Formats: sequence, structure tokens, C-alpha cells
Amino acid sequence: MHAFKYHRPSSVNDAAALMKGEAKLLAGGQTLVQTMKLRLASPSDIIDLGTIKDLAGIKSDGKTVTIGAMARHADVAHSVDVKKAIPALAALAAMIGDRQVRAMGTCGGSIANNDPAADYPAAVLALNATITTNKGKHEADKFFKGMFETALKPGEIITAVSFQAPKRAAYLKFKNQASRFAIVGVFVADFGGTVRVAVTGAGPSVFRQADMEKALAAKFAPESVANIKVKQDGLNSDMHASAEYRAHLVTVMARRAVEAALK
Amino acid sequence: MAVKVSLKVNGKSVSAEVEERTLLVTLIREQLRLTGTHVGCDTAQCGACTVSMNGMAVKSCSMLAMQAEGADVMTIEGVAKPDGTLHPMQAAFKEHHGLQCGFCTPGMVMNAIDFAKHHPNPSEQEIREALEGNLCRCTGYHNIVKAIGAGARAMAASK
Repeated sequence: MHAFKYHRPSSVNDAAALMKGEAKLLAGGQTLVQTMKLRLASPSDIIDLGTIKDLAGIKSDGKTVTIGAMARHADVAHSVDVKKAIPALAALAAMIGDRQVRAMGTCGGSIANNDPAADYPAAVLALNATITTNKGKHEADKFFKGMFETALKPGEIITAVSFQAPKRAAYLKFKNQASRFAIVGVFVADFGGTVRVAVTGAGPSVFRQADMEKALAAKFAPESVANIKVKQDGLNSDMHASAEYRAHLVTVMARRAVEAALK
Repeated sequence: MAVKVSLKVNGKSVSAEVEERTLLVTLIREQLRLTGTHVGCDTAQCGACTVSMNGMAVKSCSMLAMQAEGADVMTIEGVAKPDGTLHPMQAAFKEHHGLQCGFCTPGMVMNAIDFAKHHPNPSEQEIREALEGNLCRCTGYHNIVKAIGAGARAMAASK
């Protein structure tokens, strides 16, 4: 790892003021520290958000679940409020990485990083979340811009993410056996009348599957999506799975997610 | 540049001068000379570097020492009683022979102790899921799974 200057700000404003040049924010570090060890990232400054108060809370009024940017995956997975309002979201958090990674990794970190195979972006998109930052709010549909790219501007720091509670929902993931990242993950959320289907792992960035959403809005049943063929154009192809295989998996995981949501 | 980090390790207050880029596992092994915490893959997959931080199992190769400022860290060296009596989870690994070469064992035990606090009587399935982040290249896991089940029940019984 290359040398850097370490900062421990006590507020989001102080952290934002430090965001200059090649500085990077450190949340849980479960991606960033490994990336730095491989010298794929060599920030000049590390700004540790770990000691800023009020960034880690979880709140729910039954209709909206608001998760602080620094809430750990383990906190979300075990939260009674999240389990009650959006069980699929707690289940998703419990599926990330392994239990040691979940003890450190954060909601805000995952979303800001926008790894093509990360789990949280699927929840953000399917649950029509609002991302709150020190500079304002972002709608889910306008937030994820491409591989590792988001609408966040330099100096902008996620403070919380508010997820809308659906009538029913489920997230199903076909995991890479070694990394536990999604080869394909599908989050299906039924809001009664409208349905949102978000796919992660399959493409360069999380996306919605409009034909499935339409079919499920007409009838929320596994057979509504079982015969929808997903185009492989633009999907990821790597040593783990071809684009053709990923396209096939989107349909399979969507059908299983609907089955799970109906249970 | 050297910076200071202060934390508790195995119940003792520790202050050390580290480089800002020092990993927690490097501080533990090379400065504190607690070499029971191992580095296996160095890429956050194998779990040999697992320690307890504020009661939760974490991978010490995946975090900066500075992230542990003020934290209460326990390594495998802090698990047994001062008189050498093994922790129930260590005793279970011995009794059920939950190891062969032993390289992964400290990380297995540290993760298992945290897991067992929340699962006093775990099923085999729960144990296997909890071991997602700990790799063993010798045993095929069977005796590790048996050891963790027995260790968890022994921990619950000794409360």
C-alpha cells in the first residue's frame, strides 16, 4: 500500500472540507483497504468516517426505513425495525460477503462504490430509495451512472439512505462461491400496482428490467416472468459466467425472487 | 509519517507508533508480537487473520490499525484463562480434532466465539453458513463444524 495522510474528522462538514485532490473517504474499508493493498487505488489522503457521530443509526416509521451511511451490514441484518418493515432488505444485508465483512462493511460505502456485483444497489433501485448527502438528495433512478460511477459530486458524502417499504419483496442472489459477490442478483418489489425489478451483477451497473416490471404489475406471479428472455447485449462476460449465462440467470433469479416474495 | 494509535489488546492498554498505512494485523503481529493471528490470503477471503473488535469478529488484514483507535481488541492469545485453562471453544476444537495443520485455527476460533454468543445451540447449517469467511485447506470442515457446535453448547452451559 502506498503512503497517505490519515484524517479522522468529527463531523460530515469537516470531512467534506478535507475532500481535496486524490483524497478518499474510508467507511468500513472492506473494498477500499484491499484495493489500496493491490495499489489499484493510491489516495493522497484517507478520511475516516468511522468516528463521526449520527451516521450509523437506523430509523423506521413502517413506510420508510432510513439507514445511516455508516450502519454496518450486520446492524441492518439484525435490526428488528428493518426486519419488520422490509424483511427483504435485512435478508439482503445478511447475504453480503461473510460475517466478518458484514461487521465492518457499510450501507453508504457499498452504494457510493457501486461495484457492478454489489448487493445494496439492487435494493436502492428496487425500493426506490432516496440517497441523502451533505449537499442534497438523489433519486435512486438517477444515482447509478455506470461501473463504479454514481451521481455523487466531488466533496459529496452520503449521510443516509431511505428505502420505501413495499407490500412484498425478495432479493435472490446467484453467488460467486469464492467471493460471495452476485454473479446475478435480482430484487423484486411489489408496491401494489407498481412493481420494481432491479438486477445487479449482470451488467456494468445495476439496472431495472422494465419488461418484467410490466408483466409483474399485471400479475404478480412467477409465471409472469418465467418466459421473459433477457437480451445478453451489454451484459458482463468473464471467467465466472458468460453474458449468455447471466442473461439466463436474470430470468431464473427473477422467477425465484417472485416465488420468495409470495411466501 | 508515524502516528500514534491507542487501543486495548487482550485487556491491556496499548499505544504504538505506526505508519498511517499499517494494517491492524501488522500492528498485532509485528509490533505487539502476538503471532497467533495469522495472515493467509491477505485478500480478506481466508479469515486466518480474524480477531474480535468490540465483541465482533473482523478481518484484521482488511482494516487499518488507525480504524481500531479506542477499540477493545481480542486475539487468540487473550482467549484462554491466565492460568492456561482453555476457552470452551478452544477445548472443543481440541476434543473434536477440529484442525489438521492448525494454520486457520486461530481465525476459526475467534469467529466461532463471536458466532456462538448469538447462537447458543446452532444447527450444522448455521455453523456452515457462519464459516463462509474462514477457509481451511486440510480438514474438509467436518470436525470444525462438530467442534463449533460443541463449543457453542459448552459456552452456553458455562454462563
